[in-house]
Order: sequence, then structure tokens, then C-alpha cells
Amino acid sequence: MTLAKKSPKPASASRRKFIISSAAGGGMMLGFSLSFNAQALENTATQVSKTGASGSGAELNAWVVIQPDDTVLVRIARSEMGQGTLTGLAQLVAEELECDWKKVTTEAPTPGQNLARERVWGDMSTGGSRGIRTSHEYVRKGGAAARMMLLQAAADQWKVPVSEVSVTDSVITHSSGKHKTTYGKVATAAAKLTPPDPKGIKLKDPRSWKIAGKSVKRLDTVNKLDGSKVYAIDVKLPGMLLAAVKDCPVYTGKLVSYDESKVMGMPGVRKVVRVNDHTVAVVADTWWRAKKALDALPIVWEEGPNANRSSASIAEQLAEGLNAPEAYAMRDENDALKAIDGAAKKIEAVYSTPFLAHATMEPMNCTARYTADKAECWVATQSGEAALAALSEESGLPLAKCDVYKHDLGGGFGRRGGSQDYVRQAIAIAKQMPGIPIKMIWSREEDMAHDFYRPISQAKMRAGFDANGKLVGVHLRVSGQSINAFLSPVPLPGGKDDRQLQGYYKEPGDAQLGYTFPSLRVEYAMRNTHVPVGPWRGVNTNQNGLYMECFMEEMARAAGVDSLEFRRQFMKDFPKHLGVLNAAAEKAGWGSPLPAGRFRGIAQFMGYGSYSAAVAEVSVSDKGDLTVHRLVSATNCGHAVNPDQISAQIEGGIALGLTATWFGEMTVEKGRMQQSNFHDYQMIRLAQYPKVETVIVPTYDFWGGVGEPTICVVAPAVLNAIYAATGKPVRNLPIKNNKLVA
Amino acid sequence: MVKLNVNGKTYDVNAEPDTPLLWTIREHVGLTGTKYGCGVAQCGACSVHINGNLVRSCSYPLSAVKPTDKITTIEGLSAKRSHPVQVAWAAVDVPQCGYCQSGQIMAAASLLKKNPHPTDRDIDEAMTNICRCGTYQRIRAAVHMAADLNTKGGRQVATDELLNHTAGLTVVDAGKV
Repeated sequence: MTLAKKSPKPASASRRKFIISSAAGGGMMLGFSLSFNAQALENTATQVSKTGASGSGAELNAWVVIQPDDTVLVRIARSEMGQGTLTGLAQLVAEELECDWKKVTTEAPTPGQNLARERVWGDMSTGGSRGIRTSHEYVRKGGAAARMMLLQAAADQWKVPVSEVSVTDSVITHSSGKHKTTYGKVATAAAKLTPPDPKGIKLKDPRSWKIAGKSVKRLDTVNKLDGSKVYAIDVKLPGMLLAAVKDCPVYTGKLVSYDESKVMGMPGVRKVVRVNDHTVAVVADTWWRAKKALDALPIVWEEGPNANRSSASIAEQLAEGLNAPEAYAMRDENDALKAIDGAAKKIEAVYSTPFLAHATMEPMNCTARYTADKAECWVATQSGEAALAALSEESGLPLAKCDVYKHDLGGGFGRRGGSQDYVRQAIAIAKQMPGIPIKMIWSREEDMAHDFYRPISQAKMRAGFDANGKLVGVHLRVSGQSINAFLSPVPLPGGKDDRQLQGYYKEPGDAQLGYTFPSLRVEYAMRNTHVPVGPWRGVNTNQNGLYMECFMEEMARAAGVDSLEFRRQFMKDFPKHLGVLNAAAEKAGWGSPLPAGRFRGIAQFMGYGSYSAAVAEVSVSDKGDLTVHRLVSATNCGHAVNPDQISAQIEGGIALGLTATWFGEMTVEKGRMQQSNFHDYQMIRLAQYPKVETVIVPTYDFWGGVGEPTICVVAPAVLNAIYAATGKPVRNLPIKNNKLVA
Repeated sequence: MVKLNVNGKTYDVNAEPDTPLLWTIREHVGLTGTKYGCGVAQCGACSVHINGNLVRSCSYPLSAVKPTDKITTIEGLSAKRSHPVQVAWAAVDVPQCGYCQSGQIMAAASLLKKNPHPTDRDIDEAMTNICRCGTYQRIRAAVHMAADLNTKGGRQVATDELLNHTAGLTVVDAGKV
């Protein structure tokens, strides 16, 4: 999740610069470029290394290694954080390879290995729901090329034409029935053959898939059941010491001094370290001892001018943006301002959504070791290569002397993407204790206080209707903080930042608005604060989907038309948006009678190349207590590589979306975040989780993302159902701050 | 030096009395399946059993543990992941990132020990651990399945639970639109 692209281009550009970036604290950007040859990636199906990543078995190409016992090692470049990409990518390779799925296992090349082999595994970063949709082609070609070579090796051995040789589940047979062998037996010979031209490789029709397209079980479950999985926080190295850190609670504030004499005598304490000009760490023989000493350490901060910032002053700043004369207009079609000005009836609504913390279950942590000629880290990261860059920049050692050992993440949600602030901290500490591995772990409180939060925003939505109640125009303006302005070195003159208007795009393919209104104006007023912001699973589709889809409900009510019917009027040009909306409505029984006291709400929106819709069923008690009974979601992600795992992502997206809608807010007082742990930053629990039903409606003509798209329809579906239940709209999140009265 | 009985083995632990049991288990005993999530008994990632009772170990000081107490962590729940809860967890593919699942499994095992056939409401009340990935629907299905495996011992019953669980998912080839 570095710079968002409105319409991500496929890897057609012959050569482009791939920016490996990592933002230091305070938003300063340090980055450097590595050449990324898109055509070379196309050729990965043919690239072989004598050494390989694992060093055992025969490497057919970058993606496939086969061992003598027929075990197939599929290389996975993307990070696994629960989203199931590891299994999905392995399915795609195995599908083309025609191997025995029961013998498939995976391994991850390191970022250093990727670099050493001229980025043969391509982009390792994992965000923007891109894990499968931007790598499906080259990994499938890797599987197909390996199959062709294995069949050729068998044909050569039997001295028969390869056209007479076929394979099922790793067993190769000759049409005569006289010859039979397995992948494991011919792999060494196959690896010596000249690989086929990737351009000539024909991939299977996805409708004929046998391994991909099926709900096979995840490959990475077993060690999550008995505690044996080693997350980064569990890493143990000989001689390792532990570090607890504290960053200035006010962003942009500085570390002035600390009195280490007060803690050096405490049990296990080895050193107090100035990590950078705003962070201090205590290093001890256990983390608990380091944390206790850190809590006892007298620290003097220079909090700076932002110490007087608060949620109230930020809200004022954003409200000013809603009404300012100047704003960037991304879309202006058929003069919506004039149409609304001249309308017989006008409606207007102002919405707001707060900062949100990622709150991954595994807090930020990183183990680092520094010597004069090697910098290493063991880390949970969504971007191994950004971690490598951070390691190199912070250690001062060249990339070739650095490496990153990726561990599967205990949650990512965008927090562990490009910034890699925690990698910088860990290596900065390790550099002051050369040769000693340092495992740095953040407390939950530190994790809540130092995030790159979902940006705060407000939206002013206006619409006009003619004398017959027909809609004549829609005008929306989002005022709020920009992720790109915080993370990117690229200037954004005039507040021109399309990314903050994600989901309202005219262009098809990525995050297209699914309505044609008689007139439309879409504006953004950039209002930045001192609070760090970044991508938060679903990023800007979440609040933008809420603004549009809740206002659709308000417009439908103003027009006196059923909310589903109202939407359909404007969706003739958007059959895929309409397809998921209809699928959700049908599965949910939209329009059918409900038990007394239950109400429905509906929403649709697009993000990450996929189409999503949802119908929520809620009730609101006399006391104003909300129950979400049922949530039906429909999605079209083009191809469904593993339907049960798509469902799992949707189930999870609904939990994340409900948590944000119901409880989620990070507020600011005296320049710092007020919420510190799960007691005041509540998560939805099992008892509050509705019955979730998922409909997948693949159209097999594009590749869309899965991890993020659903979240944006959760809030509006629930809020629209609450509107139906109470007769009053909820316009300011979270719901817990509103008094719901039926 | 304190004596600690974890998963049937005795450990001599050199930790301060106010050290939470969680960090004693992770850093002194060396078992890392029990996870740190919040440190304030909110999330349940650190759940273990003490004499069969469910405890959030992040908020349980070492000084409260008696040498005779029998502590069970996720590593000691069963041999080779054979506990019905673990079997059901695998069948339903519950875990996503997996970080909270040690705690979820320990909480579910404790629930089933006290209440071999819990209702949805019982599950609501007992399973209060946080899962940020949002695996709650599968946790519910897997607890029911584990109960069936436990009390009726029938694979068929468990299969029915699995079918119930997957009934919510529909795939419709929408063709070209």
C-alpha cells in the first residue's frame, strides 16, 4: 500500500521504477528506487537458480521446487496475515502444475534473496488486496512451465513424443500404458531443460479449474492449533535481549532527557537507549523487566506546539473545509451546483468519521541484530522489501549486507505496510549493542498511541429534486486528512488527491462509483493534522462508501422511493454493481415481511477491483440498544480462487466494519491519543456478531481483490437499517456516541 | 526461585513475584503459544487453565500461583492436536492470522468441560475473547462441532455441523454481465 493508483495498470509498461519506500516518524519520507523490470517478471516462469531459496530439491523455476519424494514446494512471495493468500497462490500454481495437492507445501523467499535474483519473485508487498489479483498470471505460468518441463523430461526418458505423455496428480503416464513415473523422479532431469517461452504458455480456462476455484482447506492451519507457530513476537535467538520502547506521546514532540540512574539497578536491566530524537528504550533480559523499568524511567519530553491540539479543534478545521470557497473538484458533470441551486427541493446532510487504530492482535515488534557487516531482522511485515530498505537506511549498511526474515503476521490491516517504523526502532537499538540480538516489543498502550490511523474526515452531501420529486443533481465534498500527503514525497498542489475520493471514480476497474446521476460534483478539501495517518484495511472506501450510501438512503426517502428501487434508477450503466446489489437483495429477501421490530438496510460500493453489496437486519430496543441480527453480503471478485476463504475474508471484513461502525474512535486531547487499550477501544465480540451469509457471484472476466472490498458496505447497510428502525439517521460515527431511540 | 507445574512438568522459575503468569510462561518457562494481546485481561489471547479453570494469565501474578497448581497451556491441551476443539477448529478452518486462537481454543475447551453441550447463548456468554480477524462465526460452528464430537462421538454429527456452517455460503456463476 504505497501510492494508490486509481486504475492500476497491468504490468504492461516494459520497465518502470518500483519505489521501495519507508516513512520515518513525523512523515519525512526516505526512499530509494530499485529497477523493476515488468517483462522480466513475465519471464520468471523460466528463471532457474542453482541454489534456490531452500537449497533442496530441483528448482524448475522461481515458483516451483520438486523433491524426490514428490513433495512440491511452491514459493510464496506475498506476506500471509490471515487473509489466505498463501493457500490461494499455491492453488493457482498447483492447478497449472497438475500436481498432487496433498503433496503441496510452501516456502517464502527472503527479500534479500529476491534482490539478489533481480527480483525474480516480483513485488513482495502485500496490501491493497493485491496478493492474488496482481500476481495470478506469472505464478500460474510458473506452474504451467514446470509441468511442460516435467512432461518433456519423462518423454525424453521414454524416447516418445511429449504429445503422448499426460499427467494427473503428479503421476506421468504414456498413452501406451507401458510407462509411468512421477514428478519427483524426473524433476532433476526436467530442471536441466530449456524452459518454454512464457509467451507461448496457454493457461487453463478458470471454469475448468480442479484445485483452484475450490474450497480447499488452508495450508497454514495446523500450527495455529497447538501454539507451535512462531510469530515474530515468539522469536528466540542465542544471547537475545528484550527491549521496551516509548515514543513521545505527542506526535512531532521530542525526547529531551531521561534519568537512567533510576532504573539501572532494577532486575535484569542492561541498558537505556536513545532510539531517535523522540523515542527511548530500556533493554533487559526479559521483556517484562524492560517494560517495568521503562514505566519507572523519568522522561522529559518537549511536546511542542501540537500539544494543544484536540478532537474539537480538528473537527473545527474539517468543518471549515466543508464550506471553504476552494476545493479540488475531481468530477464535475452537467453543472450539479447550478442544478441543485435551481431545484424545487433540496436536502443536505453532514457526516463524520473518526481516526481509527489498526489494533492488530500481535502488537508491533521486531527482532534485530547488527554487526559491522550485517544487519538482519525477524519481523511481521506486509512489505519485506520496505523492511529491507528501512534496515539498510537505519543501519547504514548497503542492501546486500541486509536481510529480512519474514514471519506470518498476527494481523496487518495496513499497519505493517510501507512505514516499517518498528523495524527502524529495532535496528536503531541493536546498532547500539552490536552483535546482540534485540527483540523489541511494543506494549498494547504503545501500539494504540503510535499508529498510522485511518484518516479523519467529514462529508457534506447535497442533492436537489425537481417539482415531481425527480433527482436533478448530487454534490458531495469530503474534508479531511490525506494519506498521500502524510506518507508520500510527491507534492499534491491544490489538494489534488484522488485517493481520498476512492470509490467515487468515473473510471471503471478499481473503485468506480456505480451511479449515473443527472449531474454530479465530487470535491475534496484537504485538511491535514499532526496525527499520522495511513492505509487501514479498506482505506478510503470505508468512509466514502458510508457517505454515499447513507445519503442514498436519505435521497430515497426524500424522493419517496424504496431504497433498492431508488438505486436501480441510476445503475443502468453499471451491470456489475447492480449484479451484486440484486444478489444481496434476493438472498436477504429484500421487501419480504420481517418479525416485528426488525428492519433492513442496504448498500453497495466498489473498491479494490471488486463489487460488494450488503443487507443488514437490525433491531433497536426501547432503551436504544442495537442488535445486528443478520448480515447478507454479495461480492463479485471476478474469479473465486477459494470460495470458503473468500467467505472467511468477508466474515472478517464484517467484524472489522462492525467494530468501526459501532465502537471505533481514536480521539485527541492535548495532542495525544486518548484511547489506550481494548477497554476504551472496544472490539466487537462473538455475542454481538450477526448471522453472516455470503453470496459470491463471479463473472470470470476480471481479477478483483478480496481482503478489503466488503468492509465499505457494512457501515451504511447497518446505519440505513437503524434509520429504518428509528426514523432518524445516524450521521456521526461511531454509533455508540449516538442515542438511538426507536 | 518458584516452582511451577506447567503441562505436567515442573519448572524452577527465577522471576519477581509481580511478574504476570503470561510473561513467566513465555520468558522463563519458554512456551510461546500463549500470547500477549493487551495485558489487562480484555482480549483473552493469554488464556490458560489453572487446575482446569480458565485464567487470563496476563493479569495473574506469579505470587498467586501455588506450587501445587496445575497449569495447562495450549501446548499441553492434548497430544498431537487431538482435543475435540482442535479437531473441530481444523475442520471448520477457523483461524485466519491465528494469533488469538490459542486463547480461543483454551476458552472453548474450558466451556465444554463445564457445559458439554452449550447453546448459542452459552457460547455468547463464555466466548468473550477478541478476534480482530473476525472468525467469530466459525468459532461458534466449531464449538458446536466439538461438543458433538465430545458427547456423541459421531463423525456424521460433526459433518452435519460443517454443512450447517457452510450453508451460509453460496457461489453463483453470474455469467457475463
